[in-house]
Amino acid sequence: MSLYATTSHTVGPYYHIGLTWLNREALANAATLGERVAISGQVVDGNGDVVNDAMLEVWQANAAGKYDHPEDDQDKALDPNFEGFGRVPVDAEGRFRFTTVKPGSVPGLAGTTQAPHLVVLVFARGLVKHLLTRIYFDGEALNADDPLLARVPKERRSTLIAKPDADGVHQWNVVLQGTDKETVFFDY
Amino acid sequence: MSDKPGYRRPQAGTQPDYLHPAYQSTNLRSPSQPLVFLPHSLSEITGPTIGAERINEKDNDLTAQHDGEPQGERIIVHGRVLDENGLPVPGILVEIWQANAAGRYNHARDLHDAPLDPNFTGTGRTVTDAEGWYQFQTIKPGAYPWGNHHNAWRPAHIHFSLFGPSVLTRLVTQMYFPGDPLLEYDPIYNCVPDTSAKQRLIATFDLEKTIPSYALGYRWDIVLRGRDATPMEK
Repeated sequence: MSLYATTSHTVGPYYHIGLTWLNREALANAATLGERVAISGQVVDGNGDVVNDAMLEVWQANAAGKYDHPEDDQDKALDPNFEGFGRVPVDAEGRFRFTTVKPGSVPGLAGTTQAPHLVVLVFARGLVKHLLTRIYFDGEALNADDPLLARVPKERRSTLIAKPDADGVHQWNVVLQGTDKETVFFDY
Repeated sequence: MSDKPGYRRPQAGTQPDYLHPAYQSTNLRSPSQPLVFLPHSLSEITGPTIGAERINEKDNDLTAQHDGEPQGERIIVHGRVLDENGLPVPGILVEIWQANAAGRYNHARDLHDAPLDPNFTGTGRTVTDAEGWYQFQTIKPGAYPWGNHHNAWRPAHIHFSLFGPSVLTRLVTQMYFPGDPLLEYDPIYNCVPDTSAKQRLIATFDLEKTIPSYALGYRWDIVLRGRDATPMEK
C-alpha cells in the first residue's frame, strides 16, 4: 500500500490553547552533562516587523553527540538527564530564549562529521508548513567541514550561526523573509 | 555507521508552497530565498519521543474538563495514523485544539463577538495505540469570521499536531467536516492544488462510531511521511 502524507496547515494564531502545555525553555537540568548555553533571539517578518505568534521546536543531540532516539545506534552514552527536545514560544515582542547544553558532533552521511548543531522547526500563523533550520555555534572549528553548511551559499551561512553577546548569551534570529538577511531554511 | 534510509519527498501538489497569496499572512512570512536541499541525516531521522508518560487518561475528552457540560453538538473523532507505506504509527503524541460550538477560541487574542463557554477549553491530547488508532470526544466547533478578506469565514475545523517517529514526520494540520459550504471559499483549505489531498483533510461521518442518543462519530485518518526503501543520496 502506498499513501501520501496528509497536507500540512498553519498552526494559526491560537495554537497556545493546544500546545503550551509542552513548552520547555530549559532543555537541561542541573544534572545534565555538558557546557551550558543560552540562546536568544527574535522572529521577524519580511517588513522587519516582529512576529509575536511564532513557536520554535528544538531537537538536538546530548553533549556526547548522541540522540535520545532508537535510530541512533552510535556507541556513545545517553544522558538520563537529557532528552534534547524543547518547545519555545515567542513573547509579545517576538523574542525567545532557551537554555540547553552544547551538543557534541554527530555523524553526517557518507562518513562525514557534522558540526555541533540544533535542529529548529518554526511554526506560526502564515506558515502553511513549518520551516526547518539549524543553529550552529560561532567559532566552532568543525563548522568548516560541516556537510550541510557546505551546501549553503557562503554569504548566507552566518544566518545559521549563533554568536555570543557580551553576557555570553548566544544570539540567533529568525528572519522569515528578506533579500539579504533572510535565515536559511531547508527543503526537508 | 552506514547511512540509514531517509524519508520520501512530498508527492507533487499535496503539500503547500510557503507563499500562498490568497492567504494573506503568507505574504510577509514566506521565505523569498531558495530553500537549501536537506539530505536526511541522523539529526533528522531521529526526533523527540513524547509518549504516554505525559498523558492523563482524560486528556482526550474535551467535554469532561470542567464541572459542567460544554454547549454544542457532542462528537467522537477517531482515526488511524499510518505512514506512507501503509503501516500504523503507534505510540505517538496527537495534540488538538479548537474553537467552541459558537466559533470562539478560549484565547485572549480571539476577539470574535461570540460567547465563550466556561465549560470548554478546547484542548486535547492522546497517544496512538499499538495499531495507530487515536480517539477524542469533543463538541463540533463552530465556523468563525477572520480578517483575511471581505466576509471571510473559516470552515469548522480542529487543529491537529503530531510528532511521529522523527523530525521529518512532524505534522501540524487541520481536520474539516463533510458537507461544509465554507470549504470552497477558504484559502487555507485550498492551499494545495491536489483535489484528493484536500479531500483527505475532511473527516467522514461514522455511523458505527456514533453512540446512540449521545454523540455523532467522525473518522479521520492521518498519514505521516514514510521511509525510503534505500538510503538517499543527492
